[in-house]
Order: sequence, then structure tokens, then C-alpha cells
Amino acid sequence: MANIMYWEAIQRAHDEEMARDPLVICMGEDIGVAGGTYKATKGLYEKYGPLRVMDTPISEGGFTGLGIGASFLGVRPVIEIMSVNFAWLAMDQMFNSAAKVRYMSGGQLTAPCVFRSAGGAAHQLGAQHSARMEKVFMGIAGLRVVTPSNPKQAYGLLKSAIRCDDPVFINEHELMYNMKGEVPDGEYFHPLEGSEIARSGTDVTLFGYNISVHWCLKAAEILDKQYGISAEVVDLYSLSPLDRAGIKASVSKTHRAVIAEEDEAPVGVGSEVIAIINEECFFELDAAPVRVHSALVPQPYNHTLEKAAIPDHEDVVKAVLKLFGKA
Amino acid sequence: MKIEDKKRVLREMVLHRRFEERCYQAYIERKIGGFLHLYPGQEACCNGVMEAARPGHDYVITGYRDHVHAIKCGADPKAVMAELYGKETGSSKGRGGSMHIFDGDKRFMGGYALVGGPFPLAAGIAKAIQLKGGDEIAICFLGDAANNQGVFHETLNMAALWKLPVLFVCENNLYGIGTSIERSTAVVHQHKRVAAYNIPADECDGQDIEIVYEAARKAVDHVRSGNGPYFLELMTYRYRGHSMSDSRGYRSREEEELWKQRDPIFILRDRLIKDGAMTMADFEALEKETDAYIENEVIKFAEESPEPRVEDLEKYVFADRATQLPWLTGKAA
Repeated sequence: MANIMYWEAIQRAHDEEMARDPLVICMGEDIGVAGGTYKATKGLYEKYGPLRVMDTPISEGGFTGLGIGASFLGVRPVIEIMSVNFAWLAMDQMFNSAAKVRYMSGGQLTAPCVFRSAGGAAHQLGAQHSARMEKVFMGIAGLRVVTPSNPKQAYGLLKSAIRCDDPVFINEHELMYNMKGEVPDGEYFHPLEGSEIARSGTDVTLFGYNISVHWCLKAAEILDKQYGISAEVVDLYSLSPLDRAGIKASVSKTHRAVIAEEDEAPVGVGSEVIAIINEECFFELDAAPVRVHSALVPQPYNHTLEKAAIPDHEDVVKAVLKLFGKA
Repeated sequence: MKIEDKKRVLREMVLHRRFEERCYQAYIERKIGGFLHLYPGQEACCNGVMEAARPGHDYVITGYRDHVHAIKCGADPKAVMAELYGKETGSSKGRGGSMHIFDGDKRFMGGYALVGGPFPLAAGIAKAIQLKGGDEIAICFLGDAANNQGVFHETLNMAALWKLPVLFVCENNLYGIGTSIERSTAVVHQHKRVAAYNIPADECDGQDIEIVYEAARKAVDHVRSGNGPYFLELMTYRYRGHSMSDSRGYRSREEEELWKQRDPIFILRDRLIKDGAMTMADFEALEKETDAYIENEVIKFAEESPEPRVEDLEKYVFADRATQLPWLTGKAA
């Protein structure tokens, strides 16, 4: 096991897959000569050259569509969208071309491409550089959506996404690229479907994904030490499809659920998880599930306002205490 | 063009015209649903370019006015009609419809319904050709109105930058849905807009197939020889409305009649008659024979084919699950 950073894990997955298959390429803004905004493609330009590591113009709709077109002929492009906010400009191609081409061609064409993007709110980046857009992607038929919460997942999910014949959107996080964690030394493929129990518990399930898994883990620690509440943390690394069986299993065990999401509540991950709980195990519940989420505002620049808009582990703790009548 | 080729292409163009006219009738009869965009008037564009290219070898992509392009690439007219009827035997198994005809085997990479959407896809196909090192080219047929989308400019820039083997064919039929080019576009002659990207561009008459063919030969040679992209603008006209719901209130009948006097099929027919290669009686027989083929084989096949099964509603959303298990579940099948 190597203890490496999230960006290093992504870089390693790129490197291994590009070394194996000459049709794996990567493309995006500043990913080549400049080495990538988050270093996720560092050193690849020098190793594989400009034909396979493509520094693109700032044309998100254009280069995303170009990558998708190449994938029709068996090329496996890993397309980096520097910030998920810019993905709005590429969504026509992602949704109308990549996600639909297999269906509307009756299975003749397929778009085995990977879209990687830095999502989440970082520090004071303002309204147009702080979007959480996972909820936009997870409702699109034909598109898989995963979101790694640690370096092992970042490595293994990218490996699986490159091999998979379906288009996959990988939602990363601006604040997580320098996070360290254990990654297997040997080749590892993280499943694109399912969920993981990040911490086992008996009294309440805390559902998180990507950065909110860490809020949940921290909250679980506090709940255990200070309040004697045993929280289970479920890591929903696959947002589309969501793991119905995993959600059902955990709620059936703990009978209480809190969903922590960095996006805003309306039409969000929490809405979807609660709908699944209702459909799969409503009568297992001892209390109504609770969502912890961002405020429905364009992200403010001011530091204090920004902090107020985005939840953290303290909000998760508060939500659980309320659920147990302790707040 | 050789005389035999001209005779063969005339035959094909008559098929293309009669096929589309028969679609019109089937739509009125409610056999065909959704939107239907027909090609009559523009036949010399697709045929002239593809005569200079290699159908079935070169990759072709286009917008929603796509039936004729698919057939020219080698798609079976029966499968195309069955697709319009929404049948399981259709070229996209009834899942696509008129705007989404595909034939992967013939390298017809599809019809797409977002105006301008195929531009970057075509450049991507060219990128794949470049990576794989083949002698194919990508050909992107779109209308003039698509050039007002941002991806047109984004794609031209990247295609020129990376010298991608892609030929952009602009079928300038003077209207974007129901708005004339003068009212939507600051520059009427589209090839002039391409100069900014250092891409060679040409414009020619899109009604005379021999003129189109000569211009396309030059274009195809340029792209196939590894010189990067090329842009060819063909001045043409669609006789019918944008789609079936369009009563053409935005243009005059006189204008339409003027264009019909330069009908691409009649231009070629009259030339062949003048050259003594065929008679008017031959042409009339060809039309009858074509109509009989469409009725007795194409329509019959579409009518008699089965509908897709409702149990298969979710088939083709994702790749066949059994083949993907190692990546989906971490376990081999």
C-alpha cells in the first residue's frame, strides 16, 4: 500500500491505462505542457506526447464533443473539465451525444469516454466557480456518475471508468486533490456501482459522498465520544446508479437516516436517497430522514457568508441530535 | 464524371427523390411520426460529394435531414424506411427515428438533432482516424444555419490547429428553419467565415452534380493527403419546408419556382439525354421502376416488420451488462 495524494492516484491511473492501450488519450485545458491545474496529468505530456495528451483551447463544448466523436471509433478519451462550472458549456455534447448515442443508434455506436471534473466549493471562488453539479448529471439516462471520496477510489474508479464501454462522469473535488490515503500497489479496479460502509454503526446511518463522507466520519466520531450514538457512515461513491440495496441494508439496520450533501436541497442527492428509502424500506424507519445541504443561493464571495452557505460536520452532528431529540 | 457513373448516380438520385416523396405521403397517412425533414432539391450535394469520396470507407455524419446521406453511404433503403415506421428492423431498431438514422457498418455515424452538434463529433472522428493512422476521412454535412452555433467556430479552430482529416460540407439552402440567411447571418457566403481559421474553403453551385463533384474531388484530395481540414459550401435549395409542420410562409412561390428550374435531377437527366446516353422514355421508365421498388419492397418491408418489444425498452441504454461486470461490480462474470 502506498500512501499517496488524491491527484497522484488519478495521475497513476491515467499513466497505467495510457501505457497499456495506445487508444487511451487525455485532453483538457492546461493538462499537458502546464501539467494540469490539479496535477492530475503531471508528466504525461512528456511521456506520451501531444497527440495523446492534448492541451485544448478554452472551448468546453467543442473539445468535449471532439473527445466523444473520437470515442465512437474506439478511442478512450479522458476529458478533463477544469472546473465543473465550465461543464455547463459541454452538457449538450455530454447529454445529447455521449449519453444517447447508443440508444438512438439501436446499440450500433457507443461512447466509451470519461469526463473528469473538479466540483465542489473551494475557498471564496464566488458564484461561477463554486457549483456543485452532481445532481445535474445523475438524472441523465445513459451516463454513469461516480464521485471518489479518497485516493483509492480516485485511482480505482478512473481505471474502471476508462475500461467501461459506457460514458462515465467523475465528480472530483477542488479541496481534495492533496488529501492523502492508501492506494493498493497492484492494479485495482473500483466498482462503478454500489456503495461502501466507511464506518460501521447501529443507531443512525449517515449517507455521504465525496467530501461529505469526511463530514460524516468526523460527525460519527463526535457522536460516539460525546453522545454515545453509534453512527454508520455509507459512502455513496456511485451517484448514478445509486445503490438501492446498500441504502436499504443500512437503514434496515439503523432505522434512522441523515443525508449529507454539498449541493443544494432541491432535486438533490438527498431527495433521491430519501425517495429510495421510501420505496425500499419505509417501514424500517423510526424517524423521518433528514437532509444536510447547502443554502439555495449563488455561492457568495464573502468568507463568512460562504461558510454559512456550505454545511460541515457540525451540521451533521446537529441533524443527528435533532433526530434523537437531543437538540 | 464518366458516363456510366452519371447514369448510375441519376438512378440513385431518382431513388433519393422518390424515397423522400414517399415519406411525405406516409407521414400524411400517419405511418411516420415525430418530425420529418426532407431532402428534395439538395440531391446533388450529397451525391456529388460522396461520388468524390469513398462511401462505406469514409466516415459521414450529419444533422436531422439524414435519410439520403445514410442511403448514399450504403444503408439499405428498406431499413431506413422501417426506422421511420419505428420498427425493430429499422436502421436504429426503431429507437432513433427520422432524425437519428445510423449505419455503423457503412460508417454512417448518424443524424443528430441539435443544430451544429455534429461539428465537434466529426472532428473527433477525424482525431481517431489520425491516431489510428488510416486513410479514411471524416465528412460532416450540415446546413448554413449550423454555422451560427458556437461549436462551429470552436471546431474549425481545433480542426485547423491539429490538422484533422475532416471535410466540412455546408449545404447552404438559404434558410435556417423559417428564417432566411439574410435575416440571421451577417455573412451570407459561408466560406468567407472560414478564412479566419486558415482552412481552405470553396463555394460552388450545389445543383449541378458535375460541378459539385469537381469541387469535392479537390476537397477530398486535400483532406486525404494529410493537409488538414477543408470547407466546401454548396449553394442549394430545399423544396419542402424545414419539416412537415412548415407551410413556407416566409418565402415566395416565385422564388421556389426559380430554383425548381435548376433541379439537380433534371440538370443531370437533360445532359445525359443531350449526350445521347438516354432518352426521356428511359427516364420515365426509371421513375416508374423506382416507384415500384419503393412500393413493393421498401414500403412493404416497413409495413410488415415487427414493432420493438416493450420488454426491450431499456435495452441499449448501457452496454451489455455481462460484458461490463469487472468494471461495474469488481467481479468477473
